[in-house]
Amino acid sequence: MIGKFLRGNCLDCPANRAHAEQPVETGTRVYSVALAGNPNTGKSTVFNALTGLRQHTGNWPGKTVTRAEGRFSRGGAIYQLVDLPGTYSLLSASTDEEIARDFILFGEPDCTVVVVDATALERNLNLVFQVMEITDKVVVCVNLMDEARRTGIEVDVDRLSEELGVPAVGTVASSGEGLDDLVAAISGVIQGQIVTSPKIPAPPAAATALVDDLVPRIRALYPDLRNARWIAYRLIEGDYRIRQALMSGELAGLGQRQAGSP
Amino acid sequence: MSTDPADNSPAKAGQDRASDAEELLRHADAVREEIGGERFRDELVTTLFQHAEDIASQTVRRHKRRLWLPGERIDRVVTHPLLGIPVMAVLFAAVFWITIVGANVPSAFLAGLLMAEGGLTGWFSEYLGIEAPTILGTSLYELLHMLFAALHAPAWLSGFVIDGVYLGLAWVVSVMLPPMAIFFPLFTLLEDLGYLPRVAFNLDWLFKRAGAHGKQALTMMMGFGCNAAGVIACRVIDSPRERLIAILTNVFVPCNGRFPTLIAVSTIFFGGMVAQANPFAASLVATAAVVGVVVIGVITTLIVSWALSRTILRGEPSAFILELPPYRRPNVLRILYTSLIDRTFFVLMRAIIVAAPAGGIIWLMANLNVGELSISAHVYSFLDPFGHLLGLDGILLLSFIIAIPANEIVMPTAIMLYLSKTRMIELEGAELGAILTDHGWTLLTAVCLMLFSLLHNPCGTTIWTIWRETRSARWTLFGALMPLALAIVVCGVVATAVRLVIGVAA
Repeated sequence: MIGKFLRGNCLDCPANRAHAEQPVETGTRVYSVALAGNPNTGKSTVFNALTGLRQHTGNWPGKTVTRAEGRFSRGGAIYQLVDLPGTYSLLSASTDEEIARDFILFGEPDCTVVVVDATALERNLNLVFQVMEITDKVVVCVNLMDEARRTGIEVDVDRLSEELGVPAVGTVASSGEGLDDLVAAISGVIQGQIVTSPKIPAPPAAATALVDDLVPRIRALYPDLRNARWIAYRLIEGDYRIRQALMSGELAGLGQRQAGSP
Repeated sequence: MSTDPADNSPAKAGQDRASDAEELLRHADAVREEIGGERFRDELVTTLFQHAEDIASQTVRRHKRRLWLPGERIDRVVTHPLLGIPVMAVLFAAVFWITIVGANVPSAFLAGLLMAEGGLTGWFSEYLGIEAPTILGTSLYELLHMLFAALHAPAWLSGFVIDGVYLGLAWVVSVMLPPMAIFFPLFTLLEDLGYLPRVAFNLDWLFKRAGAHGKQALTMMMGFGCNAAGVIACRVIDSPRERLIAILTNVFVPCNGRFPTLIAVSTIFFGGMVAQANPFAASLVATAAVVGVVVIGVITTLIVSWALSRTILRGEPSAFILELPPYRRPNVLRILYTSLIDRTFFVLMRAIIVAAPAGGIIWLMANLNVGELSISAHVYSFLDPFGHLLGLDGILLLSFIIAIPANEIVMPTAIMLYLSKTRMIELEGAELGAILTDHGWTLLTAVCLMLFSLLHNPCGTTIWTIWRETRSARWTLFGALMPLALAIVVCGVVATAVRLVIGVAA
């Protein structure tokens, strides 16, 4: 009764749509790249700058339900860029956060770019960690570098990259500064020239053993699952959406899409 | 691809998986019980924040601070565990007080200009102590009547157009416009400064205690602007359960459409009662009444949220992050634009669109007779006993029904109905209080009207929005009828209790 109105039509769900739009072209492969980030980090500006599209860049609750897609090419490869709703976290399941999370989790993009605000790095890192928990194919785009400079904030992007274990690139999307480096990092991560090893903070010690116990059980049920540990955390928290995905067998779809089962 | 040979039959695999998944969930639930799911999440979040702080301290260097306001220092006061709520109460009281004090004079001016007998004569003598220029000695209402008379228009036409449609508009403008034009810029200023998220921050623990989502404090704050907008804002709330609670209870905070009603009633009635003795005390009494209503609204939101989360929408509250945006230097032009064009103009237009036909209908109802009595007399006489039970009367109930499309026109409608009863317009300055007392208003009527206005069913737009957001006829119906039932019960109890204590006379 409650569930009905919040779960949309499954066919509209980003995870499925992304699949329907997978490449049919021969020769060149189309890679999917997700664009995540907090609201007001200039995410849509990055999207516009890369794709040449003119996606509206306002931000208020409700706008987020739709998401934009566009393409750009580099070095013979085509990249399908998906602009996800701006969210502070992926832990909960509000409609906008759910869309973002489902795409990263079930849509399995070849690379996820997390756009962060250079003037509020600390607050923005939270989302970076959460994305890194799900996937290691991550590039951090430190945007609004000009605003940071103006307010006397200096971000050591190389050091950040080192600390996170994934590439970080400083950009000013509105002027195009750093976008070439961003694209290079995206393609590097996808092609394997850049090897990422995300450094994620260790979970509370007390829980580790219990989680360790849960992970093999999940793996036994879903052998193809890449992020069983992440699923284990969510199950322990009682995450509604993940429980549902587990029961419905939706999780099984990960890694074996072509089977075409529900 | 799965390499396990035993799992090749999809049907069998599906069945096994379902029971295995259930088993897994049971195990996960047991683990959750053991370590406390919510505490686990909190700890996890804390670890993440700690790590973010570490990295930021290593990679970010600040050369200078160029903030307009020392935001952190201000936040230490306005989000202080003990000081936060009193500071909030004082700020809001100040906003209401300025509105109440400021709205009186322009309200009387507009009434004089638009409809009083003798135009602005009364206003000039009362507020300026001088005689009005001759040209202002006639109100637009009187001019229109003269014009229609000169054109030999039939009485029914001038009645319908002037005493119906025009008067409906004139009442809306004179009663609603001044409080709106003062209140909205002040409210927008608080919003623009970044204060409203701080209010949500102060109140979120209360919502968590009530079994609801802390972010509901934020959607509630948006409801003060417009309940329909507040209902849409509930999309930011995580769980379906908590989102529904927030949607269903959003209506318990007075919106921009109802604030002017509350301010008008408290000014012309509560304030009016002590106005002669001491105008300053009068404004304070009126402010206290409005603040009281807002506090009752917040408490009702919490109680109903609590009740819902214990009954039909059971569950535990979830954790969340509430971001406090930096304080911004308010942009005066943008505040004026937002508050005057987006808000005042929007609300006024909405009121006018409803008030014009409503004025015509009221005139028709008051002038078409069925048997001995006019139609409106039939209706409000029929409603009267029921209204009396709620501390109101038939006319006020009828006004609430007519005002379902837009709550803004409750007071103007009621005033027109009262005046049609005696068929006269006598308005000198702020004599509205006199009209109301002449028609049997007591302190109890004013209290019950404010309570009913606060608690009753949402306006048409909000009901439609609830449907659009829930796509459920049942929840929409519940969202409309539950507040109505609550309003009836509360007003009934208050009226009965007061009458028992001070006698049937009230």
